[in-house]
Amino acid sequence: MANQTDEKKGKGTVFVKSEHCKGCSYCIDFCPTGAIGFSKEFNQKGYHFPVPVQAEKCTGCDLCGLYCPDFAIFGVRYKDLEEMRLKQA
Amino acid sequence: MNECGEYKDLDIQNPVLKVLRQDRIPHIWCPGCGIGTSLNCFARALMDCGLNLDKVAVVSGIGCTGRTAGYLNLDSFHTTHGRAIPFATGLKLSNPELSVVVYSGDGDLFAIGGNHFFHAARRNMDLLVVCVNNYTYGMTGGQVAPTTPLGPTQTTMPYGNFEQSFNLPFVADACGATYVARWTAYHVRQLAKAMNEALLKKGLRFIEVLCPCPTLYSRRNKLGDGVDQMKYYKEKSVIKNGADTKEAVLTFQGEIIVGKFIDRERPTWLDSMNKHLSVALGDSFVPYGTNGGDNGQN
Repeated sequence: MANQTDEKKGKGTVFVKSEHCKGCSYCIDFCPTGAIGFSKEFNQKGYHFPVPVQAEKCTGCDLCGLYCPDFAIFGVRYKDLEEMRLKQA
Repeated sequence: MNECGEYKDLDIQNPVLKVLRQDRIPHIWCPGCGIGTSLNCFARALMDCGLNLDKVAVVSGIGCTGRTAGYLNLDSFHTTHGRAIPFATGLKLSNPELSVVVYSGDGDLFAIGGNHFFHAARRNMDLLVVCVNNYTYGMTGGQVAPTTPLGPTQTTMPYGNFEQSFNLPFVADACGATYVARWTAYHVRQLAKAMNEALLKKGLRFIEVLCPCPTLYSRRNKLGDGVDQMKYYKEKSVIKNGADTKEAVLTFQGEIIVGKFIDRERPTWLDSMNKHLSVALGDSFVPYGTNGGDNGQN
């Protein structure tokens, strides 16, 4: 969900499976850098799901992934993503 | 899953989904329920502990927390109400190489199943017991539970609870558990670490996880949403590792003592039996399940 066109790029990003989110806001309230916020849109069940509002602040620490009761979000460092890309290529 | 522009070509999914039954997700727990967070921590502990997951079995009883067995992609069993520990005891003794985890709620483990817990701890049966304590009976509609602190209103206590509650770490300590810890759904890293540590230990290990119940406990007592309970855990919990379990009493919205309280060694039931019968019967006794002490690592 991270806006890749942003000139400022953080150390990591979050992946959100919006249809699994129930809008409990754990990830938003406990994000150490405040990088995530609620979306303006609703998902199918009618909940606002998390989106990176300040993507450049995200460090990919995956604390949101550990808090999420619905397994709907997780964070990854760009470093690890690049490694994954090399492996899958 | 992949909604991240630049990495669309990569096949990325949430790492915990490896140990979950993905066809059962999303689960039925309410928005803001802490059981999902505790399951998330447990899934991470399972992935990090290095055990062979084919040799790990999860048993749970009835209740909201009882549904965890159905969501984990391991050998799991959803037993009758309160009988998770007897079932797990039988499982462990008939197949000693399994690592058996009992994952259930406070009502299941300490109300209807209380007796079984005491005796499993007394015998030091080789089980990990994870008790998710949400202070109430969630699935049946918010009745007063043996863990409800003094004060809050419940369906069956309309003027506030006046019954003294259990102090679960103290109970586990007094019954002889080898590992006793309490964490809240807020302390995710500590909880995942404690679960990891406890999975690799022997004897009866007990972890209490305090978790918000926004639909029944919080709403009935005007405590706000799940996240408000989490903020209360953040503000009011004090980490005291090695604290006297007697002092770890829970009060209504009061201070919470969390941490690893007990970590000791005691012979498990199988070890005691083998040792005793080897002496009593001499060479004619063949020790049972002695290669089962490796906790499924082979």
